[in-house]
Amino acid sequence: MTEELPIVQMQGISIEFPGVKALDNVDFRLFQGEVHALMGENGAGKSTLIKALTGVYRIDSGSIAVVGQERSFTGTGDAQDAGISTVYQEVNLAPNLSIGENVMLGHEIHGLFGINWRATHRAATEALARLGLEHLDTHKPLSTLSIAVQQLVAISRAMAIKAKVLILDEPTSSLDAAEVEGLFAIMRSLRDQGVAILFVSHFLDQIYAISDRLTVLRNGQYEGEYLTRDLDRHALISKMIGKDLDALKSLGGNRRTSPRTADEAPLLSASGIARRGSVEATDIDIRPGEVVGFAGLLGSGRTELARLLYGADRPDEGTISLKGRRTEIKSPADGLAKRIAFSTENRRDEGIIGDLTVRENIILAVQAERGWARPIPRREQDAIVEKYISALNVRPADPNRMIRNLSGGNQQKVLLGRWLATEPELLILDEPTRGIDVGAKAEIQEAVAELAEGGVAVVFVSSELEEVVRLSERIVVLKDHRKIGEIQNGPGVTAQEIVDIIAAHGTDAAADDLGDVEGALPDTIAETTAESDMTAEQGAR
Amino acid sequence: MSLTTETPAVAEVPGPVDRIRRLITANPSVLPTIASVVIFVGMIVYGETAYGRIVQYSTLSNLLINNAHLIVLAVALTFVIVTGGIDLSVGSIIAFSSVAGVMLANAGWHPLLVIVAMIGFGALFGLVSGILIRYFNVQPFIATLAMMFLGRGLASLLSTKPERLPEESPIRWISDKIKIVDGPKVNDLTITPAVMIAVLVVLAAFFVLHRTRTGRTVYAIGGSESSALLMGLPVHRTKVLVYVISGALSGLAAVLYTSRLGTAQNITGIGWELDAIAAAVIGGTVLTGAYGYVLGSVVGALVLGLMNVLITRDGGIPPEMTTIITGGILLVFVLLQRAVTRKKE
Amino acid sequence: MNAATTTSAWRDLIRKPFFWGIVAIVALLALNVLKDPGYLAISINPNNGNLVGNLIDILRQAAPIMMIAIGMSLVIATAGIDLSVGSLMAVSGAVSMEFLKNVGDSSSAGVALAAVGLSLLITGILGAVNGVLVAYVGLQPFIATLVLMLAGRGVAKVITGGQNTAATNDPYRWIANGYVIGVPVVFILALGIVLAVGWVVRRSALGLMIEAIGINPKASRMAGIKPRGLLMTAYILSGVLAGVAGIMSVGSVMTVDISRTGYQLELDAILAVVIGGASLMGGKFSLSGAFVGALLIATLDKTVLYLGVSSSATPAFKAIVIILICLLQSERVRAWFQGRRKTIIAPRVETAKEEVTA
Repeated sequence: MTEELPIVQMQGISIEFPGVKALDNVDFRLFQGEVHALMGENGAGKSTLIKALTGVYRIDSGSIAVVGQERSFTGTGDAQDAGISTVYQEVNLAPNLSIGENVMLGHEIHGLFGINWRATHRAATEALARLGLEHLDTHKPLSTLSIAVQQLVAISRAMAIKAKVLILDEPTSSLDAAEVEGLFAIMRSLRDQGVAILFVSHFLDQIYAISDRLTVLRNGQYEGEYLTRDLDRHALISKMIGKDLDALKSLGGNRRTSPRTADEAPLLSASGIARRGSVEATDIDIRPGEVVGFAGLLGSGRTELARLLYGADRPDEGTISLKGRRTEIKSPADGLAKRIAFSTENRRDEGIIGDLTVRENIILAVQAERGWARPIPRREQDAIVEKYISALNVRPADPNRMIRNLSGGNQQKVLLGRWLATEPELLILDEPTRGIDVGAKAEIQEAVAELAEGGVAVVFVSSELEEVVRLSERIVVLKDHRKIGEIQNGPGVTAQEIVDIIAAHGTDAAADDLGDVEGALPDTIAETTAESDMTAEQGAR
Repeated sequence: MSLTTETPAVAEVPGPVDRIRRLITANPSVLPTIASVVIFVGMIVYGETAYGRIVQYSTLSNLLINNAHLIVLAVALTFVIVTGGIDLSVGSIIAFSSVAGVMLANAGWHPLLVIVAMIGFGALFGLVSGILIRYFNVQPFIATLAMMFLGRGLASLLSTKPERLPEESPIRWISDKIKIVDGPKVNDLTITPAVMIAVLVVLAAFFVLHRTRTGRTVYAIGGSESSALLMGLPVHRTKVLVYVISGALSGLAAVLYTSRLGTAQNITGIGWELDAIAAAVIGGTVLTGAYGYVLGSVVGALVLGLMNVLITRDGGIPPEMTTIITGGILLVFVLLQRAVTRKKE
Repeated sequence: MNAATTTSAWRDLIRKPFFWGIVAIVALLALNVLKDPGYLAISINPNNGNLVGNLIDILRQAAPIMMIAIGMSLVIATAGIDLSVGSLMAVSGAVSMEFLKNVGDSSSAGVALAAVGLSLLITGILGAVNGVLVAYVGLQPFIATLVLMLAGRGVAKVITGGQNTAATNDPYRWIANGYVIGVPVVFILALGIVLAVGWVVRRSALGLMIEAIGINPKASRMAGIKPRGLLMTAYILSGVLAGVAGIMSVGSVMTVDISRTGYQLELDAILAVVIGGASLMGGKFSLSGAFVGALLIATLDKTVLYLGVSSSATPAFKAIVIILICLLQSERVRAWFQGRRKTIIAPRVETAKEEVTA
């Protein structure tokens, strides 16, 4: 399965953007005929590393060698010429063109009178055949295919240009179990044909099902390269989040659990809400004054679920009830009117309004509720702004400064002030402490605790497990777009428990899903998991 | 475990009905293009029954002769619109090109050089637009709007009164009528070299768009520019190229128009960008890009031309209504396109 | 210490959007003074006590431009554009003249008011059509308003039957030609409207919310702002203000010129807005900046005439200025000035995703 020389060797790669070092001295190597997984949480640098390999980003230092030859890519065309082909999460094909044309775009076969379409389509069918898709009618428009098959067409495009290296960036995010299995069958076939496959995914089960080797990145740094069968899930997760197993055990819940009456009516109750491609049917109850943490790894559906509760996205199925009454939350404005506030994880694109001042950003939601014709009187504005600048310790405490000149942490505080100013009954915070300094983090966590004591229900979504454990009364554990468990927090509950739930989940669910997939389990899976406790993991969830 | 959607994946040769059905459902421009042909035929039938003397050689000849320049403009706009852009400067380029060209001819330049210069001026305007759009991320409508005013202003700087092309200038030959069929009295089927040039342009455009990599890149850019970039296509170069093509074709349209009229003036071409856009849209080119047929744009141009003929023939509709009608038709088609694309979302 | 505070005061002044506009006006006037030292002289007409002079002319000519510039400011702030303002001016003039001609009463203020009201109503409705196309149908603003830009003039032609209708009505004429305390009414009116709109926009939350949706539509939506009403307001206001501009323009000669009234004035409006410091991409806007921009354009027009250059060529200069300003506002040039080196080759689409999900 492996050969002597790696087909791709990246050494000492560093890439820096203004203000952040995305990659710091990272090594990576890829062999022919293997499936190699690249793992890491948010901010780990996976995406940056891939873009360096595909010629999208220029590297600041380090070297890239393909088939032993050192290469320097100045564009995507260079990487393709070197035999590296990439299939991205969002299918990067032209939806308005035919299937065959998409496969051959940029490499059409020419004849005397320009493009020879017959020959081109024939070549497309040949490329598709390598994936077992020779039965597709290449004249049909790409848009007639499902996303899963479009992805396969994108892969066959790579085959059409005789790629030696195939990079699959989160290819399974929008696929269902059966489609994932189909993709994996093709990946194994390509691997056996000698293609080197770099596979990026956050679905642990899939990694264990398909990959031979994996590399872990964390915070832009290289954590290590391992054979998949040598690393069990606990070890992998702890490497990804950077705490060893013992440390995880010691991060306990300090949360003072206020006594909660069992029959207290929930403030918000979601039943069976789902959204195609991002959240599977889930039930959630949130009680007044409760802090509920959403925990899970990247891609588990935390943010997507939170957005459904706020009206940022509309659910395809399921119902939401507020204070016992069925409601539909049609938009953020509607959510605010129903006293639900939401702080997005993407504060730059969906949070701050950069060219407006701190004051304007704080009062914006309150003003939006009143409409433009009823401006908030200046005195009231000042009072609101003053209150939250001091309560949240926004620095510099100048309401007339443009918000984009504040540090990330202070921007987040201003945004928090915006939502608090609407006096919500339920506040949903999505990654409120991401990318901000330690001091601001602590201040925000303080504010959350105080809020809850004041009777506001808080949903706290975070990828930092210790934060969730520290603040939540109840922890909802999510994995692969689904709620897989709930823990009542208390002394003795640790981040370890959360990791356990996530790690253990694969087995049970997979066994259920296997119900309608025909065909035997591929042998390689049994090999990779021989030693670990987990048995019979499948490519399906 | 089927990996495809509802449409059954069969390898057999599809029958003509299936092919047509497949074509219509997948491609938003097919239906409007067919609709425009139907409209064209319908207008001919209506005109013949209402006014008479429509379906005859002279009318049809004049339709082509008088609209040769518009056909070329419609082709130009098709390139640009398919990439998702727009070119509002075509009318002004014609004004500048024709005035400059006639002045050069009067100054004694060789007619062939004059023609090359006229096309070259247009290409230059297009190049500036393309650079603004590609390198400086100026939105296409703003960049070409600025070019529109620039062109007209420069034309006015050159001259504000009509400039006459010399009587003997060979350029006029481009619009000399050639009798193909000698019909009764004045009802002859005539054609001019201008029409032939326009036909050549259409054929060349068809070839480029459907049989060259550059042409397919144009469609890919319209489909998804970011995807096209990631697929390694020469997106940036092609984006500039479509504006150069549009400008050059506008210059060519100026040649055709000036050769027919014999004069050039700085107020020429006002509002022609609307006509060109309308022609493309009627012909099935989707304004948001990605879909469009050059042949459809030609039909669109002929529809507009025929509309003018019918309005003049009718006599009851005041000529100032033409812009309103063109605008109205454009709006209707744009709304239809929006409804179709919205359903897809 | 004193020097430091003066330099920082200077720096604040320079940063104000209209600073360079004022500088340009002064420069142009200086150019004129070179040709005629008495250019800036203002005298008082002994017969009627009105102020007379080139500067007064500039104020009068700037009035209609101010109107469309204000409307355009609001529309551009929402990240849109209104290409139809010039044509709407023609429509407004056509409606007024036809109405006045048909009614015939040449001295009734009531009739004049009715003409004004009717014109504004019609242009307001046309503005609302633009608004519906943009806010509800979701058309790109340039296409929605392009149709009206080109068809609007046809509408004006239909209203007057193709004629350059003339009419007489003294009160109407007074709007454009009258003087109050020696100062042209039209300028006072324009100034008043600018102040009124400015007051409404800044006193209420309209300005804030328009800027918000222009700067970051996604974040604005998440904050609960509903964009449709705001967009409708902007386009309707733009239409009404274009109507006012049409009245001012037509009233000075009491004739509507179907082809020339408002012709190419959308360019002036856009130019005034960008001179005033607003970005064509939407967001923060400055009405005072647009005000100065309009004054600058009027000065430019007059200077060009004075220096003997054909007036039909001025659009060329204006186009070049717009292009230059677009360049200056573009990312590439700004980065170049700040000496930032980019490691990124691909389009910026990638960078946004990268910083969130890396």
